[in-house]
Amino acid sequence: MNEPSETQRAQSVGAQTLRENSRRAQSMGDEKISLSLRDLQLFYGTDRALNGIDLDIPEKRVTAFIGPSGCGKSTLLRCLNRMNDLIDGCRVQGQILLDGEDIYHHSVDVAELRRRVGMVFQKPNPFPKSIYENVAFGLRLQGVNSRRVLDEVVEASLQRAALWDEVKDRLQESAFSLSGGQQQRLVIARAIAIEPEVILLDEPASALDPISTLKIEELINELKDKYTIVIVTHNMQQAARVSDYTAFMYMGDLVEYGDTDTIFTNPKQIQTEDYITGRYG
Amino acid sequence: MKDWFRKGSPWIWLSGGAVTISMVMVVGLVAMIAVKGLSHFWPKPVVEFNYQTAEQSEPVRVIGEISRSETTTAAAMREAGFNVPEDQDVVVRHLVKRGNRDVTGQDFVWYMESFMSDPRYPEEILVLERLQWGDFYGYLQGFLIDGEVVAVGAEARTAFERTLRDTAKGVRELNGIERGEIGDVNFRMEQLRRQERALELNENISDQERAEARQSIAQRRAELDEQYAVLAERRNELRAELSRYAITMETMEGQVRTLPFNTLVHGWRPNEMNIFQKMGHYARSFWDFISGYPREANTEGGILPAIYGTVLMVLLMSIVVTPFGVLAAIYLREYAKQGPITQLIRISVNNLAGVPSIVFGVFGLGFFVYFLGGSIDEMFYRETLPSPTFGSPALIWASLTLALLTLPVVIVSTEEGLSRIPRSIRDGSLALGATKAETLWRTVVPLAAPAMMTGLILAVARAAGEVAPLMLVGVVKMAPSLPLDGNYPFLHLDRAFMHLGFHIFDVGFQSPNVEAGRPLVYATAMVLVFLIVVLNLAAMVIRNRLREKYRMESD
Repeated sequence: MNEPSETQRAQSVGAQTLRENSRRAQSMGDEKISLSLRDLQLFYGTDRALNGIDLDIPEKRVTAFIGPSGCGKSTLLRCLNRMNDLIDGCRVQGQILLDGEDIYHHSVDVAELRRRVGMVFQKPNPFPKSIYENVAFGLRLQGVNSRRVLDEVVEASLQRAALWDEVKDRLQESAFSLSGGQQQRLVIARAIAIEPEVILLDEPASALDPISTLKIEELINELKDKYTIVIVTHNMQQAARVSDYTAFMYMGDLVEYGDTDTIFTNPKQIQTEDYITGRYG
Repeated sequence: MKDWFRKGSPWIWLSGGAVTISMVMVVGLVAMIAVKGLSHFWPKPVVEFNYQTAEQSEPVRVIGEISRSETTTAAAMREAGFNVPEDQDVVVRHLVKRGNRDVTGQDFVWYMESFMSDPRYPEEILVLERLQWGDFYGYLQGFLIDGEVVAVGAEARTAFERTLRDTAKGVRELNGIERGEIGDVNFRMEQLRRQERALELNENISDQERAEARQSIAQRRAELDEQYAVLAERRNELRAELSRYAITMETMEGQVRTLPFNTLVHGWRPNEMNIFQKMGHYARSFWDFISGYPREANTEGGILPAIYGTVLMVLLMSIVVTPFGVLAAIYLREYAKQGPITQLIRISVNNLAGVPSIVFGVFGLGFFVYFLGGSIDEMFYRETLPSPTFGSPALIWASLTLALLTLPVVIVSTEEGLSRIPRSIRDGSLALGATKAETLWRTVVPLAAPAMMTGLILAVARAAGEVAPLMLVGVVKMAPSLPLDGNYPFLHLDRAFMHLGFHIFDVGFQSPNVEAGRPLVYATAMVLVFLIVVLNLAAMVIRNRLREKYRMESD
C-alpha cells in the first residue's frame, strides 16, 4: 500500500500531465489519451534499444506497432506493463504515464500495474490447469473464491472472448485439450477476466492458422469498445484491418505515428512507405 | 565394412551390448537373491545315513538336511588332515545341517560322500522349530504330562500334534505378555520415575504441591504394580501350564531328550509331507520370517523390527528432505542472484553427493547425537541424566543424517525441474498481476512437482540401502522395542532401531553361527530389495499422476 502523501503527490503530478495530455490530444482529434510515452529510452546493459520514444495511445482504440524484426516494437510493448523488469540488465529512462501517473515511479506496485495493463503473448500460454481455472486464475490471485462470482466472471469472460459456446460443456478439462486458436482466445479471456484498462497483444496471431487469426481479429474489434488495445504485428494487412492508429518503428526509433488510414495510404516518411510497399523488411 | 561403420551400426551394437550386460547383471543378481532367499523356507527332505571313516570301527548314524555340496581335490582334503583313500583324486562332500545344537554343539558338519552309506528318508523323522538352540531332528518317542509318560508310538504322535496346536497359542500369548504388555507397564513405570525425578529437580513449586504430586505418582505407581502383578501371574500360569507337557525325542546318537512344550514353535515331518503340505509349511515359515521377532542372535526368527525400522526411517527422511531440498532449490534457482557465489554453492551441493556416506555418519554422531541430542537432554530431560534420552543414537538422528546425505539429489533434480518450466508460463502469470511468489506457488512449483518426486525417488533409493552412517547414528543389532507403538507419544524418535541393511551385515558377518545365518542373509536381502522397489514404485505412481495432471503440450 502506498503512503497517502505519495498518492496525493502522484495525483498532483497526474493533474499537471493531464493538462499537457489534453493539449497533445488536439493533434489526435478528440481522443482521450490512455497511455503516453515521454522520451522513453531503454538500455540492455550499455546497448540502447529504444531511442527516446514519444507516443500517445488513445483510450478504447486499437493501436498497432509495426516494423521490421528487431526494431524494438515488442520491447516497447513490454515496457507498457513493465515486463522488461524481469530481464537482467534492462534499464528504462523517460516516462510512461498511465492515466497521468508514471508507471515507473518507485511507489507503483508492479503487480497492481499489470492488473490494469494485461498482456497476451505470441504463443498461447495457458496454465496447466482446467479451462475454468485458467480464466479464474487472476481473480483467485485477488482473493476472490466465491463460487458464484467466479462462475459469473468465467462465463462472461469466455463469452466476450467468443469461446464460451465452444467450451461451455468442458470447463473442467485441461486447457491443453484446446486447439491453438482456442488457447489464444482462452488467454485473452483470462486477461479480460480481471477487467484491465489496457490489453497488450504481442503478435497474438502469428502462431495461428488463417481462420483462427480471423477470429482473433474479430475479437479485437469487439473488445475495443471497452478496452484500450495495443497490438504488435508483423502482418501489415492485419495492422491495416484491425487498428485505428499505427506506429511504424525502425531501429529503436519511432519513425511515424498517425491514424492507420493515413499511414497506409499517405505516409509522410520515405522509410514508412518503403516498408509498407514491401520494398524493405 | 566401411559402410557399416559409416552408418553407425557399431555404436548401436555397442550401446545395445552395454544395456544387455547391465540387464543380465541386474536380473542375475535379483534372481540369485530371490532363489536363495526363497528356497530357505521350503522344507527340505531329511536324510538318514551311516557314516564310517577309516578310523572308525563302527558306522555312525547321521540325521540331517543336506545344506550344500561341493567337490574338492583329494590332495586338498589330505592336507587339511582328512584320511582320504589313495585311489581317489576328487572328493565330494556334503554340508549337513544336523540341528540339535544343545546336544552336539555343532549343527553344521561336513561329511565326505565316499564314507557315507545306506542313505534313506524315514517318514517318521520329526523336525522341531524351537525358541532356543535352533531346530531339533529326531524320532518322537513318548508324550509326557507332568513328567509321566502317558503315550508312546502312534498315540504319542497324535497327542503331540493335538497338544502342539493348543500350546502354540499359549506360547504366542506368553510372548505377547512378555514383549508387549509387560513392556508397556515397564515403559509407564519409567515415565513415572522420570516425573518423580523432575519433581525433585523443580525448585519452583511449594512443598505442598510437591507432596500432592508425589502422592498422585505413588497412586499411579500402585496401579501399575497391580497391573504388573496380574500380568505376572498370568504369565507364570501359562508357563506352568505349558511346561506340564513334554515329549521325549531320540537323537541320531540314540540319546533320549525331553523337550517341554513351552519352547516348541512348530513340528513337521518333511519326508512325509506332500506338495501341498509343503506349500502350507512354506507360506507359514515365510510369514513367520516377515512378521516375527529375531531370536538367537538374529540367526533365527523374523525380521519384523528391521522392516519396521527401515520403512519408518525412510519415511521420516522423506518428510525432512523434501521441503528442505525443495525450498533450497527454489531459492537457488529463483531468488538467488546468479553469480559466482551461487555457482560455488551449487558446486558444493553437487560435491556433497560425492562425500562418502560414513563421513555423514561421523558428522551425524558429532553434531546431531552429541551436540543437538546432548543439548536437548540438558534442556528438557534433566531428570533422566546422566543416562541419555536424545543424546544417544536414535531414529530421529539417523533420519536427519540420511536427509542430509540425500539433500543434494533432491536439490539438483528440483532445480532441473524448475529450469525446465517454460518462460511463457511465468510471463502469463506475472502479466495477470501475480507477484513472483504467487507465480511460483501457483504455477511453477506444481509444474515442477514431478521433478521433485524424481529427486525424492532417488533419495529414497539411496537412503533405504545406506548402512554405514546408520551404524553410528541409530541402528542397533537388537532393539528391545519398536520405534512406533501404542504408548504415548506413539512415535519414539529417541529410540534406536533395527535396519534391514545392517541386519544383513550383522547376520552374515557378525553372527556366531555363519551357516545358519547364510540363507537368512539372502532372504533379508530379498526383502530389502523388494521394499526399495515398493517404495520406489509408490513414489513413481505419485509422480506419474502428477505428470499426467500437469502434462504440457510440449512434453
